Amino acid sequence: MTERLFEGADWDFHTLQRITDACEEVATKDLGLDVYPNQIEVITAEQMLDAYSSVGMPLFYKHWSFGKHFAFHEASYRKGLMGLAYEIVINSSPCISYLMEENTATMQTLVIAHAAFGHNHFFKNNYLFKQWTDADGILDYLDFAKNYVMSCEERYGRVEVERTLDAAHALMSHGIDRYPGKKKLDLRAEEKRAGRRRQHEEEVFNDLWRTVPKGASKTRSALSIERRRKLLGLPQENLLYFLEKSAPRLAPWQRELLRIVRHIAQYFYPQSQTKVMNEGTATYVHYRIMTKLHQQGRITDGNFLEFLQSHTNVVFQPEFDDPRFSGFNPYALGFAVMQDIERIVTRPEDEDREWFPDIAGKNDVMGVLRDVWANYRDESFIAQFLSPKLMRHFRMFHLHDDPEERAGIRVDAIHDDRGFRRVRRELARQHDVGFIDANIEVVDVDLSGDRRLILHHHVIKGSQLNETDAKRVLQHLADLWTYDVSLIEVDANDKVLREYVVSPRPITAAA
Amino acid sequence: MPIHIIDRRLNPGGKSLENRQRFLRRAKSLVQGAVKKTSQERDIKDVLEGGEVTIPLDGMHEPRFRREGGTRDMVLPGNKKFIEGDYLQRSGQGSAKDSGPGEGDSEDAFRFVLSRDEFVDLFLDDLELPDLAKRKIAQTESEGIQRAGYTTAGSPANISVSRTVKLALARRIALKRPRKDEIEELEAAIAACTDEDERVVLLAQLEKLKAKTKRIPFIDPLDIRYRRFETVPKPVAQAVMFCLMDVSGSMSEHMKDLAKRFYMLLYVFLKRRYKHVEIVFIRHTDRAEEVDEQTFFYGPASGGTLVSSALHAMHEIVRERFNPSDWNIYAAQASDGDNSYSDGELTGMLLTDKILPVCQFFAYLEVGEAGGSAFDLSDSSLWTLYDRLRNSGAPLSMRKVSERSEIFPVFHDLFQRRETSQEKAAP
Repeated sequence: MTERLFEGADWDFHTLQRITDACEEVATKDLGLDVYPNQIEVITAEQMLDAYSSVGMPLFYKHWSFGKHFAFHEASYRKGLMGLAYEIVINSSPCISYLMEENTATMQTLVIAHAAFGHNHFFKNNYLFKQWTDADGILDYLDFAKNYVMSCEERYGRVEVERTLDAAHALMSHGIDRYPGKKKLDLRAEEKRAGRRRQHEEEVFNDLWRTVPKGASKTRSALSIERRRKLLGLPQENLLYFLEKSAPRLAPWQRELLRIVRHIAQYFYPQSQTKVMNEGTATYVHYRIMTKLHQQGRITDGNFLEFLQSHTNVVFQPEFDDPRFSGFNPYALGFAVMQDIERIVTRPEDEDREWFPDIAGKNDVMGVLRDVWANYRDESFIAQFLSPKLMRHFRMFHLHDDPEERAGIRVDAIHDDRGFRRVRRELARQHDVGFIDANIEVVDVDLSGDRRLILHHHVIKGSQLNETDAKRVLQHLADLWTYDVSLIEVDANDKVLREYVVSPRPITAAA
Repeated sequence: MPIHIIDRRLNPGGKSLENRQRFLRRAKSLVQGAVKKTSQERDIKDVLEGGEVTIPLDGMHEPRFRREGGTRDMVLPGNKKFIEGDYLQRSGQGSAKDSGPGEGDSEDAFRFVLSRDEFVDLFLDDLELPDLAKRKIAQTESEGIQRAGYTTAGSPANISVSRTVKLALARRIALKRPRKDEIEELEAAIAACTDEDERVVLLAQLEKLKAKTKRIPFIDPLDIRYRRFETVPKPVAQAVMFCLMDVSGSMSEHMKDLAKRFYMLLYVFLKRRYKHVEIVFIRHTDRAEEVDEQTFFYGPASGGTLVSSALHAMHEIVRERFNPSDWNIYAAQASDGDNSYSDGELTGMLLTDKILPVCQFFAYLEVGEAGGSAFDLSDSSLWTLYDRLRNSGAPLSMRKVSERSEIFPVFHDLFQRRETSQEKAAP
């Protein structure tokens, strides 16, 4: 029998080392995980609160809003309204995991398995993180950002810097590139492509097309609008990027500040799209590792029961009419789907063979899961892998709430044969950031007139912007743009629903 | 793969302190308002205990583009009896309306905890001690001694050994004074040497080294340094606060309570400015006596009213115990305004000649019954007297109070930072 990792609840740094080694053995040998080097840091409750208020990052620039969040978290923590997380993990290389000092040895094992191996693997392998984040560079970048903000404050005054950062923060959710930029082709590739295009044209040439009547040719003004929009890169949905590049009267340091906020928003963009998957992966991994450690006799039955207790707390999903209910628990959903994939791969039923012909009975659980972890985000993950069995297990149903409907809220689909696909599609949509965030883009600038910036909000399903907040954000936007800004809310038929016009505030000379 | 385990617990705390200060600075007016409101509700004893304050979220709001309304679709777990096509009532408890977007909108107030220091700072932020500049000149009488570098001359008692040795060492190295072990080594070599010629050479070397050692002393008078001291004016860091109160029968519990609140505020205020604050309680009817706090506020007493007796007692105590050059003297008098008619002249004289010249600040607080109807009548005898004195130039501060809620505004009013006087003082 192998040696126990620890006895009782106490741990020291040697214990942590042993635990990490044991977890790593299971993670790499049994699960085939591929992780960044780990760095494990033990912190106190106060430091955990610190980390909370600076979005979990170990270093961050100074801003009053972080102080506000700290005060808020501290107040609710002191009153016992809020427990603290057992850990925080940072998508960086080395991957930093913060462990709370209060945790028992079992909890530390759980947390190390969860964060240092589960999350870590996900960060390193998921395509979104690969595409949008630079784990090697993030800490250096944050360090740069912190120092840059500080030097700006020294040079241009705290008030000015704060004003710019306030504005940038308000626009943060719209400072993200949602699609990777076009890759520049080199000349040779371009030539090849031109050749292919010509060849294609020759192949599909049909003289008949010449006789099809053309639409009216574009007028001169339409052409100039088109040219202008192309020049400014419009339409542009990344508002911060647009301001950074095109706002007429920003100082270079202000542009750099916008850039910093934009980069940080971009860094967190994958996390908002992969909550279910990220937590599901980490939960699945810690469950596998802990079970294995228990099988090997490295942790006692008592330890394992302690683990199971907190594990079941984490993956608890209250039902919709439960007072504790606040939406789907990403841990519960992610873990359930991943366990279900394991079942489908190893012990499929006829239904599964029908629904998941690609993976049913494939028997290579980790191979399938690693592929899932690498190539999906929440929306596609649910759309692809939520099985009828699981929908029945959660007893899912779909509600459609149309304010126009007098009779009330309609139950649109339930967990039955007719409803499976519809429920699954709706749940996937609920996890699609494209549907969650308002679709706002810069469409034009009145360059020949008063330089007004024109934005459109494409309203989906009649859900418009909150008016007070929208006005405030637009005020910030106008302050940066320094000319009038108008936001037009249009529905799918280009009907204007509401229009905002905001003028910039005069900058007081006092400060 | 290398794994680093780091103990961060010993890192200095307060990483968020700066962000917190920024937040407080930004929310200052809001927090200040909240602090004042909180302190009014509180018992004056723990008025400055810090604690939770609530500010409206409005000024500290971080706006985002948020969507609301429209048709909503949601998938929920835990279906029990619904089938496709059912309708749920909107207003019922059973409907699942409360989930989904828009949560947290109702958060319109923001609660958080202030530490004691933060609370006091905000509480007294825009208050200033009156006439501080004027008194500062008078304060320079007492002087203290302070270290101020080194000097080449001084008394032997003040020799700085470490500095002297340091300089000597530098000089010895610079002038290449032979070290002791160098000489010992050479002596050993001579002792061991058998060759006569070489021995002569070595001996010559030894002589040379010894001569050099003699020429370059171990410690030269040049090296010696003395600690230098300077006398600096020492600010008077202690204050005494005189609480004078009329305890004659006409003073009701309510009036005493008002006075007490005012004294407490003054105490807290002084405490923040001075390291050491003493309080002297003098109560008077037609005679004055120094008493302890308990007796002062709650002890029974009766009799007529002679304000001059209290002023006289205060003067005596100052003369005996509190030398005005060592102490900052503050006095606050509370009374319902009654004074026997014949006492007016004496009171005025004592005040202008004896009391006011030694005081930093003298405040008179006239307390009235709740409802304040008394103030609509003609001014009390004491008020009339003090008003006359003030008009003839005596540095007196006086206010009338009849409600608890007025105490802080009045206090605030008395100690408000005077922009004009500051600006005058600045250039």
